[in-house]
Amino acid sequence: MTGLTRTLRRAFAGTMLALALAIAAPGATTPAHAQAPAPSAPAQASEQMLFNYLQGDVRGRITIPDQRAATLIQPEGREFQHFWRTTLKWIGAIAVGGMLVVLVLFYAMRGKIRIDGGPSGRTIERFNGFERFVHWLTATTFIVLGITGLNISFGRELLLPLMGPEAFTTWSQWGKLAHNFLAFPFTLGILLMLVIWIRDNIPGATDVRWFAEGGGLIGHGHPPARRFNAGQKIIFWSVVLGGGAIAVTGFILMFPFQFVTTMSGMQLATQLHGVIALVMIAIILAHIYIGSLGMEGAFDAMGSGQVDLNWAKEHHSLWVEEVMAGSRDARAPTGARGAGAD
Amino acid sequence: MARMKFLCDSDRCIECNACVTACKNEHEVPWGINRRRVVTINDGKPGERSISMACMHCTDAPCAAVCPVDCFYTTADGVVLHSKDLCIGCGYCFYACPFGAPQYPRLGNFGTRGKMDKCTYCAGGPEADSTQAEYAKYGSNRLAEGKLPLCAEMCSTKALLAGDGDIIAQIYAERVTRRGYGSGAWGWRTAYKEMTTG
Ligand code: HEM
Ligand code: SF4
Ligand code: SF4
Repeated sequence: MTGLTRTLRRAFAGTMLALALAIAAPGATTPAHAQAPAPSAPAQASEQMLFNYLQGDVRGRITIPDQRAATLIQPEGREFQHFWRTTLKWIGAIAVGGMLVVLVLFYAMRGKIRIDGGPSGRTIERFNGFERFVHWLTATTFIVLGITGLNISFGRELLLPLMGPEAFTTWSQWGKLAHNFLAFPFTLGILLMLVIWIRDNIPGATDVRWFAEGGGLIGHGHPPARRFNAGQKIIFWSVVLGGGAIAVTGFILMFPFQFVTTMSGMQLATQLHGVIALVMIAIILAHIYIGSLGMEGAFDAMGSGQVDLNWAKEHHSLWVEEVMAGSRDARAPTGARGAGAD
Repeated sequence: MARMKFLCDSDRCIECNACVTACKNEHEVPWGINRRRVVTINDGKPGERSISMACMHCTDAPCAAVCPVDCFYTTADGVVLHSKDLCIGCGYCFYACPFGAPQYPRLGNFGTRGKMDKCTYCAGGPEADSTQAEYAKYGSNRLAEGKLPLCAEMCSTKALLAGDGDIIAQIYAERVTRRGYGSGAWGWRTAYKEMTTG
């Protein structure tokens, strides 16, 4: 993003500076001292000139241990200011606010998606205890991380006027602590999810058909699906990839200048963390909606782990067949005999 | 009201670091934190310049704009100050500051930072002027005593100027005219969105 263009720009500017110095060094005049008599100082390093050609940090030598202080001026700070104050807030407001509006409208139009055949009363196990543990580990930490993160992005506008400065600082301080510590279980959750579910989330031909028929959400039919339908696969991959990116950038922020040592790198990590997190919050809002309010029978999958057979047949027909086939094909162990056969 | 600014005339600065030392001493600034520093560019080459730099007390200050808890305020003199009671040590102001001014005591777990510290233009903080509480957190409040920042006051070559922006710009412009050269008011364009006529 900005970091990339900045790097390109700097490479270009560096060449320009070298050229400019070679050509114009002795008599360089700049607007900065246009009124002054002809400059006689050799190779003037005026700020104007540096900025025009370098458009980047002004660095030098320093005698104190903190080498970061050797950067005299980093004008990109102004870009960071603009990004955080304007761009990020708009992205967040549109992603999170927009998703809430879409979900409300969707609920108003489509209502709760019922089980067409009605509940059968028979259930089938969809997620075992460990899978549900991993899901809720990730989900609960995500929610707390999301709320405390949103507090960093929007608390100043939304909460500070309500709470007053002292209370808002106390809350934000706790929020920061929670955000720092819950980062670890969240990351563990993401890694475990990847391990236990990647097998069922490889995209395949059924996913193309599922999309073509508009899934179960937009269309009214029930295109066949295996354990995870294409929509769920998208959620899986955005959680694993998006969550992974959030974790990587988050740890960069948590250990400032340790993994990434440059100012532009830290700025970029902060910007990426914010943007990806806000987009992920929007995606997860949709996920929460469809898993609770939006669809009858869906919550049980992560609640008790047992789903209604009719729900499973409608939404994951191929998966039900696989599970059923598994038990149908069951062979009696060799040597086993029917009871009372002797 | 005056609009206070700093201006470092790099054609006069001799990199003696007296401003750095005076600042540390005046405000009892803790180890590892430098509110002011001297940076030498083109070291050992033609065109070598040293510039003393601290918080520039920017117009539309970037630090204040990105602070999640909004703990900065600008005084009637244009000095950018902050409240250490409200700061949560997130470090955002350091990313936004064009001059590397915010500093953090390293404490606590991970890379977490303590309350941000920076140059106050010798103007203390939100506490009542010249109180012990103010001194402990922000250092002395010379402005309240009618004095200018110590760094500039004791600069032996008068390279570092502090005071009303128009007046110090005027002084600098006269110097440039008299001696025939000047390498510009470092940081002014970024800090105040303007250039001096230097
Ligand atoms: C490994 C996990 C994570 C780590 C290490 C991490 C770390 C951080 C850090 C250090 C900050 C800077 C602010 C502060 O110091 O409190 C931050 C900000 C933020 N985090 Fe996280 N975080 C993680 C996961 C998440 C998740 C899962 C979300 C969203 C659901 C999230 C959302 C945010 C947001 C929105 C901000 C504020 C961005 C801004 O306004 O600039 N973070 N995070
Ligand atoms: S120099 Fe840095 S700390 Fe000082 S007002 Fe400007 S942005 Fe804020
Ligand atoms: S470190 Fe403190 S002063 Fe700086 S932006 Fe964060 S809360 Fe504000």
